[in-house]
Amino acid sequence: MTKSRSALAHHFDNLGQQYEASTLGMWAFLLTEIMFFGGLFLGYAVYRSAYLEGFIEGSHHLDAILGTLMTAILIGSSLTMALSVHAAQVGHNKLLVRFLLLTMFLGVAFLSIKGYEYWHKYHTHMVPGFTFHYDGPHPEIVRLFLSLYFIMTSMHALHMIIGLGLQAVLVMMAWRGRFSSEYHTPVEIVGLYWHFVDIVWIFLYPLLYLVG
Amino acid sequence: METTSLTPRIHYLNADYGIKSWLFTTDHKRIALLYLSSITLMFFLGGAAATLMRLELMTPQGDLMQPETYNKLFTIHGIIMVFFFLIPSIPAVLGNFLVPMMIGARDLAFPRVNLLSWYVFTLGGLFTLAAMIAGGVDTGWTFYTPYSTAFSNSYVILTAVGVFITGFSSILTGLNFIVTVHTMRAPGLTWFRLPLFIWAHYATSIIFLLGTPVLAIAIVLVGLEHAFGIGIFDPALGGDPVLFQHLFWFYSHPAVYIMVLPSMGVVSELIPCFSRKRIFGYSFIAFSSIAIAVLGFFVWGHHMFVSSQSVYASMIFSFMSMFVAIPSAVKVFNWTATIYKGSVSYASPMLYALGFIGLFTMGGLTGLFLATLAIDVHVHDTYFVVAHFHYIMVGGAVMGYLGGIHFWWPKITGRLYPEGWAKFSALMVFVGFNLTFFPQYVLGYLGMPRRYHMYPPEFQVLNVMSSAGASILAVGYLIPLVYLTWSLRYGALAGSNPWGATGLEWQTASPPPTENFEETPVVTQPAYSYGSLGEEGEVHVD
Repeated sequence: MTKSRSALAHHFDNLGQQYEASTLGMWAFLLTEIMFFGGLFLGYAVYRSAYLEGFIEGSHHLDAILGTLMTAILIGSSLTMALSVHAAQVGHNKLLVRFLLLTMFLGVAFLSIKGYEYWHKYHTHMVPGFTFHYDGPHPEIVRLFLSLYFIMTSMHALHMIIGLGLQAVLVMMAWRGRFSSEYHTPVEIVGLYWHFVDIVWIFLYPLLYLVG
Repeated sequence: METTSLTPRIHYLNADYGIKSWLFTTDHKRIALLYLSSITLMFFLGGAAATLMRLELMTPQGDLMQPETYNKLFTIHGIIMVFFFLIPSIPAVLGNFLVPMMIGARDLAFPRVNLLSWYVFTLGGLFTLAAMIAGGVDTGWTFYTPYSTAFSNSYVILTAVGVFITGFSSILTGLNFIVTVHTMRAPGLTWFRLPLFIWAHYATSIIFLLGTPVLAIAIVLVGLEHAFGIGIFDPALGGDPVLFQHLFWFYSHPAVYIMVLPSMGVVSELIPCFSRKRIFGYSFIAFSSIAIAVLGFFVWGHHMFVSSQSVYASMIFSFMSMFVAIPSAVKVFNWTATIYKGSVSYASPMLYALGFIGLFTMGGLTGLFLATLAIDVHVHDTYFVVAHFHYIMVGGAVMGYLGGIHFWWPKITGRLYPEGWAKFSALMVFVGFNLTFFPQYVLGYLGMPRRYHMYPPEFQVLNVMSSAGASILAVGYLIPLVYLTWSLRYGALAGSNPWGATGLEWQTASPPPTENFEETPVVTQPAYSYGSLGEEGEVHVD
């Protein structure tokens, strides 16, 4: 009881109200995020409808197998995140820490593959703005496609890095025994955020890797 | 009955002293004052740029400055006034102070996020000011591509970073308001008992949340295009500069409603208070705020009638722009009906409110001219447009802001200001404003384009009138700065409710205690129950 009382901020009447506020806040923030990525998806849609062939050509230069692997890893991390939230709800602290660490491991694995892809693009001179050389058909559109690819995936990766940071904080808090079955709001809202980042990738994956 | 009319010994201003107690505060009232000082500084910086422009435009020749300097001045003026004054003005100062008080809460839902928003705002402001000191930016506040991405040699990226960062302070403020209104209302305070100020801020917050991120991504793309030539907005590389205009106006048109909706909220508080009458058509005003926020997202194309946008799209945007005028007109009619047969008193806040109604109506009606395809093609990018949006943003938003500052100043500081000076400066602002901007309607209709430092000699008389008006307006803005500062020390004690107003914020002491209310208030009446008040408009504290 004392633990849950100390988790209550001074301006809330009870933990229920505080929980409701935090969750609503995260949902509202995710709306903002949808609009942020929405601008990029709009740009993608406009140019894809204008230059379909060039986009198909461009997507042949992405490795669909790596893309599928990354998708599987990320969906797996969503599962472990959901399990972390469940562990927090039932107050199983040890399990919570383990699932969070597993989620972080999968997140880092995803980013490593992404990093390898970027490195590979750099070596084959396929990075618009830094080093770009391409002899095939539709060079301009392939360049535009790759620009969009880099912007969209790097914005996504940035969100994942923030998510990993938040999860690291959760692990520390869980280690110190800050969560209980009465109070575990931070785990839930980081979970919401993480699932959102996954969903963005679920859209990015077919649009970028599978359009051909 | 006034049991709390004396200044309490401990309140939010004297609860703690020292710079740290301000810079690390999580009290929404102190954060409001941090914002007040920041945006006041920005207002006078933006005003200084406008002063130099009006000086240059006294004569037809370009004799005071180089054309490049003039370009940088109107860009500075636009960016500072839009992103660093108008957008945060009422929400971040009055909204921050009043939203929790009006709903009987002890603070906003996320006090630390609220403080963060001020730091984010300040950081964005520093980036933008750094860009201006380094040499300025000459793209106009609209950053139109391909000029901003491929041709401008000024500090586009630094400014873009500043605007991008500042956007997050809006998002955080909007998020806080929405969550606070949903989850922290006092017992008995149902949605339809909320003050209309709250409804207006709720609607504004929707735009903050849904619009700002789109500007953010548009600015990121401009920065990347400028730095790396990625091709998104570059026709030579397959990109489309008009896409930028779509993304930009998707935020920046609703941003006009960010500026004016909170002002409408302020006016909805002032009119019933100084007419001693319940507001006419409460639910219509409440829903019209939401309607403006929603419809406002579907009219952005009216900025792009001459941009190669499809003519059918233009017709739909034109129709939608007419449509968004309806909820705005609903408000004006309801305010007028509230005043009708009320016991109207002309205190200084009321003067600003009445000024708002007149000037906003004028700006709104000329907005309909501009939403009409054929007329827009004629006056596009002329001073007619400049006059129109200044009537909305200055005649509307700034009048509402000043009215609100005067109305709640006694609550914020616990002091009264000299009413005679306040009335005088309100009059100066009204006269100066009209003299500045009415000639610009005429100039624009006669064909004077905006954003030029020179003009044909036949336009000189109207331009001199405009510059003369601007000097009167400047005096009107400087006087309150003096007497409001004076009142902090020498003003008479205000008491908890100097206007005899309804609303929870008036039921606690002035200045309020850190926790806002000694006990959480219980609401048993609808808003604006002026009819049920006693002779002197006393509010009964239970």
